[in-house]
Amino acid sequence: MNNKEPFVRMSKRDGISFGKAWEIRLGAVILSLIVCALVIVLITGQNPIDVYKGIVDGAVGTNRRAWVTIRETVVLLLVAIGLTPAFKMKFWNIGAEGQILMGGVAAAAFMIYFSESMPNWLLLIVTFVASAIAGLLWGLLPAIFKAYFNTNETLFTLMLNYVAMQIVTFCIVFWENPTGSNTVGIINSATQKGWFPSIFGNAYVLNVILVALVTIGVYIYMKYTKQGYEISVVGESQNTARYAGIDVKRVIIRTMMISGAICGFAGALIVNGSSHTISTSIAGGRGFTAIIVAWMSKFNPVAMVIVSLFLVFMQQGSIQIASQFGLNENASDIITGILLFFLIGCEFFVNYKLEFRKNKKED
Amino acid sequence: MGEVNAIELKGVTKRFGEVVANDNINMTLRKGEILSILGENGSGKTTLMNMLSGIYFPDEGQIFVNGEQVTIRSPKDAFSLGIGMIHQHFKLINILTAAENIILGLEGAPILKMDEVRKQVNDLTERYGFDLNPDQKIYDMSVSEKQTVEIMKVLYRGAEILILDEPTAVLTPQETEKLFAVLRNMRAAGKSIIIITHKLNEVLEISDRVAVLRKGTYVDTVETKDATVDSLTEMMVGEKVTLDIERTEPVSPKKRIEVRGVTVKNTEGVTVLKDASFTANSNEILGIAGIAGSGQKELLESIAGLQVMEHGEVLYFSPEGVTEKLSEKKPEEIRSLGVTLSFVPEDRLGMGLVGSMDLTDNMMLRSYKEGKSVFADRKQPRDLAEEIVEKLEVVTPGVDTPVSRLSGGNVQKILVGREIASQPNVLMVAYPVRGLDINSSYTIYNLLNEQKNKGVAVICVGEDLDVLLELCDKIMVLSAGEVVGIEDARTTTKEKLGLMMTGGHKGGKKHE
Repeated sequence: MNNKEPFVRMSKRDGISFGKAWEIRLGAVILSLIVCALVIVLITGQNPIDVYKGIVDGAVGTNRRAWVTIRETVVLLLVAIGLTPAFKMKFWNIGAEGQILMGGVAAAAFMIYFSESMPNWLLLIVTFVASAIAGLLWGLLPAIFKAYFNTNETLFTLMLNYVAMQIVTFCIVFWENPTGSNTVGIINSATQKGWFPSIFGNAYVLNVILVALVTIGVYIYMKYTKQGYEISVVGESQNTARYAGIDVKRVIIRTMMISGAICGFAGALIVNGSSHTISTSIAGGRGFTAIIVAWMSKFNPVAMVIVSLFLVFMQQGSIQIASQFGLNENASDIITGILLFFLIGCEFFVNYKLEFRKNKKED
Repeated sequence: MGEVNAIELKGVTKRFGEVVANDNINMTLRKGEILSILGENGSGKTTLMNMLSGIYFPDEGQIFVNGEQVTIRSPKDAFSLGIGMIHQHFKLINILTAAENIILGLEGAPILKMDEVRKQVNDLTERYGFDLNPDQKIYDMSVSEKQTVEIMKVLYRGAEILILDEPTAVLTPQETEKLFAVLRNMRAAGKSIIIITHKLNEVLEISDRVAVLRKGTYVDTVETKDATVDSLTEMMVGEKVTLDIERTEPVSPKKRIEVRGVTVKNTEGVTVLKDASFTANSNEILGIAGIAGSGQKELLESIAGLQVMEHGEVLYFSPEGVTEKLSEKKPEEIRSLGVTLSFVPEDRLGMGLVGSMDLTDNMMLRSYKEGKSVFADRKQPRDLAEEIVEKLEVVTPGVDTPVSRLSGGNVQKILVGREIASQPNVLMVAYPVRGLDINSSYTIYNLLNEQKNKGVAVICVGEDLDVLLELCDKIMVLSAGEVVGIEDARTTTKEKLGLMMTGGHKGGKKHE
């Protein structure tokens, strides 16, 4: 019989059980760890188990390390939450980096210029508002151009990142401390004005509380309010939105203001809540990493917590293995890359199945 | 007949996930015949043909071409077996000429001799009675001319077996006649032809035999001479259905909508609607006929306030006797005036509904702004969704299912149900039964009639002239963006409407 049926074909699954989907994802993690181990052995000759131990140790090995991991996780989560309304609207905001920087600059400015004139609690609140407004303006600009001239928001928001970086550089010239160092140094290191106060004896509890509040707020906004509904409709189809009588321009502008404001607030969280200084690297690529967080989680806030934790965990672990094994810090990027490849890749198998050529013996 | 069959299918099955699109199909296409494949939407006609043309690969079963078992893995395989499919949506390059499109993708000699190609094309057109200028650019062509190019593409490649997917859907009655003449010539020349359609009259007119599919299974093949509209419908649906539309005489119609001199340009600056003027009355169904793309969409969207008009105005006369100028108002403002104007657009999932949202959220689309709360009320929409599901017999796992998962007929029921639920004074529907099975179609017709009897001014854009003639009170014909005339649906004829649709322009659709 000259049956030349193709060896393998793909076909779309129409629904997969919850358990099976997670089985596939777990399989992907295990596979990726095996591949990583091979890569580690081949390139460095180190025992992969030791390297994995080193990563865990670096991320949560001590109380302090664990809290740093948490601090970094919530910042990343906050940026991802900030991006959610924009991405739900299919507005490709890749300018979170710039929005964080602008928020950070505003926060630093208030810490520097107003620390004498206000009590700490008031200074913090004013700083939050200022950083949110700074981020909002940075999000508003591309939104207006998108709404009225239909410019490409991807390029626009990306380019604004560099503008924001230049503004930060410019401000550093004024705020240089000590003079000639070309850095701002720790702001208010003696008075700790504008720093987050310790709660329950820990410096980072406030970070967690604030991010949790914003996360819940955005979740409710997106899921239960009329404005959240409008965002989903505009994201799915602008034609439908117009048909439903939604003012598309207004929704684009309003949503990007919210998105930018949250990312700007993340700048304050970084400056007031952890670094206490300002530099061009305070955003540290979070504006981009958060895109991965948001999309991998399909905008589910619980999944976003898990994904942010995972990415930060790997990041913190890499610092440890870099010193412990004398590896370059990028070694962990390779591991993260391999893990992400498998995790994103496995979604294909969640949605599709492969059918192999059957043995035609039955007939 | 001792002769081998052109195509024979044995036990062909195709599944998409759990859906069985074709279940154990056995049928034959004889050499030199025209076979109609008849079936409602979703009965698996197109899937079956796509397996013959190499787009899908069957899960089970065998295909024989000219008596030999074959494996068709790609459209290329299909071509080498002499099978050519003419799809519903044309795949032509606009800025090239007919001849250039015909040879596109063929290897040929290293040096292209366009003269020879032209000669061959002319030979073919002459032999089969086509009307085609090989040097005409595609963008200058009417729909029927484009279709001719698609058929020529297949013939030029030497196809012996032609499959046409709903070829008459886009044609006027006159153009359909022309196409059928060509098909008969091809049959006489020994070609075997499969034609997919759901217009019963055409099936009876053109085919030698009819194969009927129902819900993915093969019902039977009958000789056309033994078949009637009723017998075929019964085979398709599986039960006896009455195909009557109860048209009542309009009761005291009053002017409800007046359109005055509306002109619309599309984004490329081409005038797609030119100086359109007409009135739509309450207690009447006004049908709008025309070749696809003659300005129907723009006309309805102008009334709904979704189009930017060059000039012209739309007036609304409320039952209370107040006159409102709808043009230059946003859809929101029109609603806040208390004008309940419902609109079922042509693009159901791209405009009328949001595919990824569930039934409840889609119900909210038109009403979510009601009330002062910042939170959206989902209780009433949910109740409405449940009510519509029950009343219109929508097949869905529940009101939390995304509408894109539902079949076309159910999607349409949800959309029409929502629009009617707002108790409109004006109801505009575009192609309300496109893609629907017979029973759903008659449900929709009845709903439209019900609205008419309630005193609503119904405007219905349709494509099937037979239905428009049965359903409407008046029929307005659009041709190339112009209103050609308004006919009384009870006295006019299909042929007259067909002539009006082409509006005297050669080839019909032509923008200025």
